[in-house]
Amino acid sequence: MRKMETDETRIASLVKEIPELLDGGFRAMEVCGTHTVSIFRSGIRSLLPESVDLISGPGCPVCVTPVGEIDKAVNLAHRKDVVILTFGDLMRVPGSTSSLSLARAEGSDVRIITSPLDTLAIAQAEPGKKAVFFAVGFETTSPAIAASVREARAKGIENLFILSSLRLIPPALRALLSSKKLALDGFLLPGHVSVIIGAAPYSFLVREFAIGGVITGFEALDILEGVSMLLRQKKEARAAIEIQYRRAVKEGGNPRALGIMDEVFMPVDASWRGLGTIPDSGLALREEFRGMDAAQAFDIPYEEVDDPPGCRCGEVLQGLIRPPECPLFGTRCTPQYPVGPCMVSSEGSCAAFYRYGALR
Amino acid sequence: MCLGIPGKITSITGDLAAVDFGGVSREVSLLLCPEVREGDYVLVHVGFAIQRLEEREALETLALFKEMERGWDEEDGDR
Repeated sequence: MRKMETDETRIASLVKEIPELLDGGFRAMEVCGTHTVSIFRSGIRSLLPESVDLISGPGCPVCVTPVGEIDKAVNLAHRKDVVILTFGDLMRVPGSTSSLSLARAEGSDVRIITSPLDTLAIAQAEPGKKAVFFAVGFETTSPAIAASVREARAKGIENLFILSSLRLIPPALRALLSSKKLALDGFLLPGHVSVIIGAAPYSFLVREFAIGGVITGFEALDILEGVSMLLRQKKEARAAIEIQYRRAVKEGGNPRALGIMDEVFMPVDASWRGLGTIPDSGLALREEFRGMDAAQAFDIPYEEVDDPPGCRCGEVLQGLIRPPECPLFGTRCTPQYPVGPCMVSSEGSCAAFYRYGALR
Repeated sequence: MCLGIPGKITSITGDLAAVDFGGVSREVSLLLCPEVREGDYVLVHVGFAIQRLEEREALETLALFKEMERGWDEEDGDR
């Protein structure tokens, strides 16, 4: 109880302090979808002055996966000798003609896993099938997948394959800023990606773009603190990468996790919905693990496919428009019948705006 | 989704730990955090401990997670 009171006092003092730190308008991007959801859930937008503009970024792994990659997984799911394994948030993301969820309803073997280690047990239990793990995620998730790949190799499991749509956050931030479409005063940087990578990979933001960032936790107090730290940087006319989420993020991240990720995966160019192809922003299996690469094991053509007509998810992901500015928002596109992935994923900006009735 | 849930390690067998999340116990891999010990608090993502947390801070986060659970209807397959 005492703790909650302390938090409330701290929140109250931050709410008072933030307007005092403001000097004109202020616009920051919260990179991570979990931040977007937390900002809505806690009502932070209503606690901040209107001149503090928080915009959502590309930090929703499901949302940035392009249609063509969903199609690859759906195509594989149609094969009788394949079982597709994936995290639940991908199931309903529409491909160009179908989704994994629809494929399953039509009789394909598609299963939801909650841990990459589940894929080993399923592959072992289905020796007559090829188990394909459609792996989507950022640096938070990639080390766990890398560790599972190593385990599968050590156990001699030969019917497990990885269809990697894994992506890296810093190259996406570089691409966003290089496009020069968006003027920003700072970033609320993703807390759990940074648990793995630490602070150093963001230093280019300051060096090359003179923009600061604060690695921020996910509670209301964390986010208000993150915003106030960014405002303080602006007021003091400096840009730096700072850590607000100290209880979980170390300067150097988790070196063990980084080591395993690097042993198994290598950076490759990858296509992002809305952002196009970004150099070294995806992860592919290294040569030693190529035998487990679904892209090598199956002949699956990749076709660049346009987003669904009218869907402006790509602009939402770059922070160029807010979801209600899309003509489909809340009319043809709702969480029940989503057109684009930003409305499917519970951490997508469109879903968050819809759920919390935000119109601006 | 990059959700990280704090929990307390109650026992360790090889690379696996039993982790208590406010009364619910789950098996968690320690492959990414091999240095942790029984009694430590860890941040868990997709079945893996990804960082050791300081106890006081972990307890604070746990209290807030309880609060979130009340309002957050978990969607199928959130991670």
